[in-house]
Amino acid sequence: WEFVVAALSPDLKNTLDKVVTSQKVVLFMKGTKDFPQCGFSNTVVQILNSLDVPYETINILENEVLRQGLKEYSSWPTFPQLYIDGEFFGGCDITVEAYKSGELQELLERAMCS
Amino acid sequence: MGVTKEQVESTLKSKLNPSHLEIIDTSGGCGASFAIEIVSEQFEGKRLLERHRLVNAALEEEMKEIHALSIKKAVTPGQWKQQLESEKSTSAA
Repeated sequence: WEFVVAALSPDLKNTLDKVVTSQKVVLFMKGTKDFPQCGFSNTVVQILNSLDVPYETINILENEVLRQGLKEYSSWPTFPQLYIDGEFFGGCDITVEAYKSGELQELLERAMCS
Repeated sequence: MGVTKEQVESTLKSKLNPSHLEIIDTSGGCGASFAIEIVSEQFEGKRLLERHRLVNAALEEEMKEIHALSIKKAVTPGQWKQQLESEKSTSAA
């Protein structure tokens, strides 16, 4: 299945560039913010909800090409994937760590003001 | 074929030369799922995202079979020593 490995076409890369900059905070996850379908995704949703920031979620379970392409785009093998200000921030563990240390709140505040 | 805890352990040992490594099988029998704590000099001067990237890259082959990987700790030997000491002092108090 070579074509799956090379999922990140220039078109898809272009689209992803637009999607991750369309909002200050974008979360690619399993399920949606109203109905997370994995504990790791749910954890990040709960954190973002508690911080009271606007964010958009995109369900990668509904699009296999998007799912494979994103892994390449961010060089990150798993989901969820959190983007802040157009930049890949991390997966679930990194988000939890940054939430606990206060780093995430700080970064989000800065992103919202920029 | 899934991935065993021993496989994850030997790959991380050979690629990241950790001074401390703990791998917990969190699958409960349903598939390869691990939580890891790793202490390595290779994390020196790197942000958390870069540290996690190093671990993910080391396990590139295994990741194809792993269902869930949680990196609980990725610290330098210095940070590890500090954490152990602060734990000791709180438990002694």
